[in-house]
Amino acid sequence: MSDGSQTMEPRDEEGGGHEPDALRRKLLKLAGAAVALTLAPGVTVLARDLVVKGSGGRKAPVRYGLLIDANACKTGCDACVRACQDYNGLSHDPGPDNAQWIRKVTITNPKTGFSRSFPVMCQHCENAACVDVCPTGASFRRPDGIVLVDKHRCIGCRYCLMACPYKARSFVARNVSDQKPWAPRGKGTAEGCTMCVERVEAGKLPACVAACERAGHKGMVFGNLHDPKSAIAKRLSEVATTTIRADLGLGPSVHYRGI
Amino acid sequence: MKVAYREIEGRSAGYWFAVIVCGLVAAAGVGSALYMRAQGHHVTGMNNQIVWGLPHVFAVFLIVAASGALNVASIASVFGRSLYKPLARLSGLLAVALLIGGLWNLVLDLGRPGHLLAAVLYPNFRSIFAWNIYLYTGFLVIVGFYLWFMMERRLNPHTHSVGVLAFLWRLVLTTGTGSIFGFLAARSAYDSAVLAPLFIVTSFAFGLAIFALVLLAGFKALGRPVGARLLARLKSLLAVFVAAVLYFVAVYHLTNLYMAGHRGVESFMLVTGGVFPPLFWGGQIFVGGVIPLLLLLRRAPQGDVGALARTLAFAACAVVAGGLAQIYVLIIGGQSYPLQMFPGLVVKSSFYDGVVHNYVPHWPETVLALSGVAVVALIVLIAVRLLPFLPESLEDHVVSAHGARTQASGAEGGEPLVRT
Repeated sequence: MSDGSQTMEPRDEEGGGHEPDALRRKLLKLAGAAVALTLAPGVTVLARDLVVKGSGGRKAPVRYGLLIDANACKTGCDACVRACQDYNGLSHDPGPDNAQWIRKVTITNPKTGFSRSFPVMCQHCENAACVDVCPTGASFRRPDGIVLVDKHRCIGCRYCLMACPYKARSFVARNVSDQKPWAPRGKGTAEGCTMCVERVEAGKLPACVAACERAGHKGMVFGNLHDPKSAIAKRLSEVATTTIRADLGLGPSVHYRGI
Repeated sequence: MKVAYREIEGRSAGYWFAVIVCGLVAAAGVGSALYMRAQGHHVTGMNNQIVWGLPHVFAVFLIVAASGALNVASIASVFGRSLYKPLARLSGLLAVALLIGGLWNLVLDLGRPGHLLAAVLYPNFRSIFAWNIYLYTGFLVIVGFYLWFMMERRLNPHTHSVGVLAFLWRLVLTTGTGSIFGFLAARSAYDSAVLAPLFIVTSFAFGLAIFALVLLAGFKALGRPVGARLLARLKSLLAVFVAAVLYFVAVYHLTNLYMAGHRGVESFMLVTGGVFPPLFWGGQIFVGGVIPLLLLLRRAPQGDVGALARTLAFAACAVVAGGLAQIYVLIIGGQSYPLQMFPGLVVKSSFYDGVVHNYVPHWPETVLALSGVAVVALIVLIAVRLLPFLPESLEDHVVSAHGARTQASGAEGGEPLVRT
């Protein structure tokens, strides 16, 4: 082995001259900078979170959400599911490895026989588990509360599928064809309900909500949860609603009535 | 007396056969990964219900074992038990090889392995996965330095410091691996802080078992002698680790059983869950716990080094088999049990809500899973040929003269040596 100090010392011509102490200090500074550089992003993210989520954080002006009325939702109707599949270019086949951004769930209380059927999709949580666990930040939450996947950053580790308590994420396990320009998909990446973000930005309703309206059930209300004048905010202030697995404290944007 | 290390010659037909077989299996793993990438993961048994499959079972097993394999070196250089010092180099090598094998499985199973750089460029430090990327690469670097310090005589005096760093790092690393599951509040089988310490003690057992198997197989193939003293120590140590794993497994399940909300998943894992209860009781507990304990705690006939080696080898094999069952039950069983979106209610949907999910591994992910093991073997086979990792002898007088806290003429101390 060659002796590193012998080869390095004569080259040290900056500032500290030839003193080994100067070299050592320089190395220490470099090492310190490297450590700071490595840790800084994490510290920054944590600090930002504390500011935004802490008591001093300002409420975002817009937070899109849904109110789903299970009392109005008709058993057997899957207009919302079909609309989502057609609009976003998803398969109608409910195979085990096919994506399902929205599905009709039927719950039954075995003791009382009480039963309800209603759609479940990404709940666009405030403290989304998928966003927390994503190693690359591909799962992210927009300032308006919509949770999306950046397909360019997704490495396909499926940790978000493991972490989501609503089974709202799917993994694209096949080659995809007939993609819609507004809903790009990628084999080997995770995906889920986008709340039809491009429709929302254009001032339209998400495809599922529009379909429910067309079907005449009026089981879904979409709007800005943070606008007290919006239909959804007014309705939420009038009727008793809940969120799925509220005990987990994820803060879903999708509220349910009648479950 | 100094311990003499020597590279293996590596010219025998057996050596080349092993290298070629491992190389072919590793290459088959790459082929498998390319096939999965080209076709999509629908060619595997994994889907939107069983999200992580056999490659992850082997990956977690190997990664957990990696940190445990380093223990032998830690016992020598951190805790000053110099009996283990001649084994420290092999311990470090195995730790690196096992970790690379585990990461091989994880990375090649990604939906987009080519995008892995994104995890380095855009790390999300709220994700335990992102932390693990740094913990794993840091481990490889630290153990690399550790091995260098052990092998370079002038750096030997600093081995203790690097050893302490490596030991602390491996504790954090295994905590991180356990937390991948422990932090998942969504799934009833996970969501438990006890998974982190459970993974740590599990790593002690898996790592030592694999270490013992490699040591015994390697020394037998090379015709190098191992003395009874060392084998007796490894035997006792493995017994302690296996007992500790059983303790933590008991705590984990008792805690769940006590909490009414977790009884569903417990009854699934322990009684009603199809393949999982037999795997738990038969594989994890009986093969991985009871059998090794019975073998290891039995008094070996004095002086019979061969019997001692056989006992250790059988027990270590049982620990490995039971360990794979343990990780399979945790990872696959934990996903097989349906998500509890509406606790207490019957749930049905087109997306298999409320349904127990079946998993049958298909050939692509099975080949990939096994290729991780082949990579471990390949690294070890090549490394011991290139560098002096293995001592020429581990006879009693070598390990005791090396400064072990010996019992002057203990039970196995002065017995005649048998080439194992």
